[in-house]
Amino acid sequence: MFNKLMIVGGKDKTGSEELVKELTLEKGNIYTIVGPTGSGKTQLIEDIECLSDGSGLTKRKILLNNGLSPDNYRSSYQNRLVSHLSQNMHFILDMSVEGFLEMRLQCTNFNSLSKSTQEIIECANELSGEKIYGDYSLTKLSGGQSRALMIADVAINGTTPIILIDEIENAGIDRLKAMEILMDSDKIILVVTHDPLLALYGNKRIVMQNGGISKIINRNQFEISLLKKLHSINKITAGIRNDLRIGKELRKEGYYELQSVLE
Amino acid sequence: MKIVITAGAPASGKTSILFKTIRYLKGLNVKVAVAKLDCLKSHDQKVYEALNIPVITGLSQNLCPDHFLAINIIEIFNWAKEKGADYLIVETAGLCNRCAPFIDRALNICVIDCLSSIKVPEKLGPIVTTADIILISKVDMVSQAEREVFVYNLVKLNPNAQILEVNGLSGFGSQKIGNIILNSPDYHTIAGDFLRHSMPSATCSYCVGEIRIGNTYQQGIINKIDFSKGSEFSYV
Repeated sequence: MFNKLMIVGGKDKTGSEELVKELTLEKGNIYTIVGPTGSGKTQLIEDIECLSDGSGLTKRKILLNNGLSPDNYRSSYQNRLVSHLSQNMHFILDMSVEGFLEMRLQCTNFNSLSKSTQEIIECANELSGEKIYGDYSLTKLSGGQSRALMIADVAINGTTPIILIDEIENAGIDRLKAMEILMDSDKIILVVTHDPLLALYGNKRIVMQNGGISKIINRNQFEISLLKKLHSINKITAGIRNDLRIGKELRKEGYYELQSVLE
Repeated sequence: MKIVITAGAPASGKTSILFKTIRYLKGLNVKVAVAKLDCLKSHDQKVYEALNIPVITGLSQNLCPDHFLAINIIEIFNWAKEKGADYLIVETAGLCNRCAPFIDRALNICVIDCLSSIKVPEKLGPIVTTADIILISKVDMVSQAEREVFVYNLVKLNPNAQILEVNGLSGFGSQKIGNIILNSPDYHTIAGDFLRHSMPSATCSYCVGEIRIGNTYQQGIINKIDFSKGSEFSYV
């Protein structure tokens, strides 16, 4: 089985050597990829997805840990190494949640131990603020419910060794929990984001510049404490959002956590 | 010369993904020429010209673009050769799903917009079943789960094709396509080659410009709907 993937540095957009010469991606880690638009984030994912052999635009090489040839790997994963989760994704099939998940299980889990559709829905409900039921129509799910179901599906049904998360929105979903569930799925997780909370979930940050990987930052102690702070702030905002949603009138005494800010 | 034929419905993302793929190939010093075939109008020549490569546009006008390709492909091949290209990429419209513009000696690529086709993969005819490569475009818009089901269904339709997920806007997938094109076979000529799928036996009066409706005006091969197969329900 797949444990590690090594990226051997190539060239950046100016043609000079990539600053990071070697980077190993291992299971159980969350790698955040940061950098401005055009810095080479998509290209890096592309290099990984096609297991670049050094002949591509970036001259990067992607090596697998167990000496398996890329060709074997491609066929064993039906040509796909990366499962994607992004903010822009929608469900478009006009079917019930249960009906779709059943069809999905028939198509994809022919060789592994299949989980029941109920397990996937339960997993999604751990993430989503509003409960999803099997007879709900896929296309009528809220943004948060859709995202929760997509995450549960990738974590449980996903057949690829890498999961790529391309921003997930704030609203209606417990992101910390989502990251935990994805971590448990025994895969390499890549997160492309500019959102501070999501970016800090990663224990390693891959910094992109000018088409090349310019450095790797290991999350430090301060960043871990900052993540906790940001998380509690996020919880407060989520609470306010929920209060508004259920039609509450907001009063000062309801927000003890915010007293110091409100003074 | 290597020859690539790319077909797909309007606005499925053919030009975007080909543009990114050609840019990648150009980076490897490959000489590419592009022929764009369309029905009535096309502005894509300008898009490809920005890459500094030989480009030609062919408009099929009254003809179906697939017939038009079959009639012109040898001339297009010779044109690309005269321009000194090593690779000819033909981009053509795929309109009704009845035909496919694919020929045996080409690397035949079909582009499917997953937003519009995901519900009914079986509606896609020979354009899918006779393709060598199937590109699923706009993959950033549709859930991973649905795409995997879609791919499963496409494999049933065409077990031999390589299926790739692409995003024409970001260029995701273009490197993979480029590498497949690099490894496709070379041919000196395509004279004597065959279409992968026959064109329709459509020689009715409307093919030759008839516009009046009614049995009196219908000649040639006429295929009528069998109304005995409809539902039982009736208001009378």
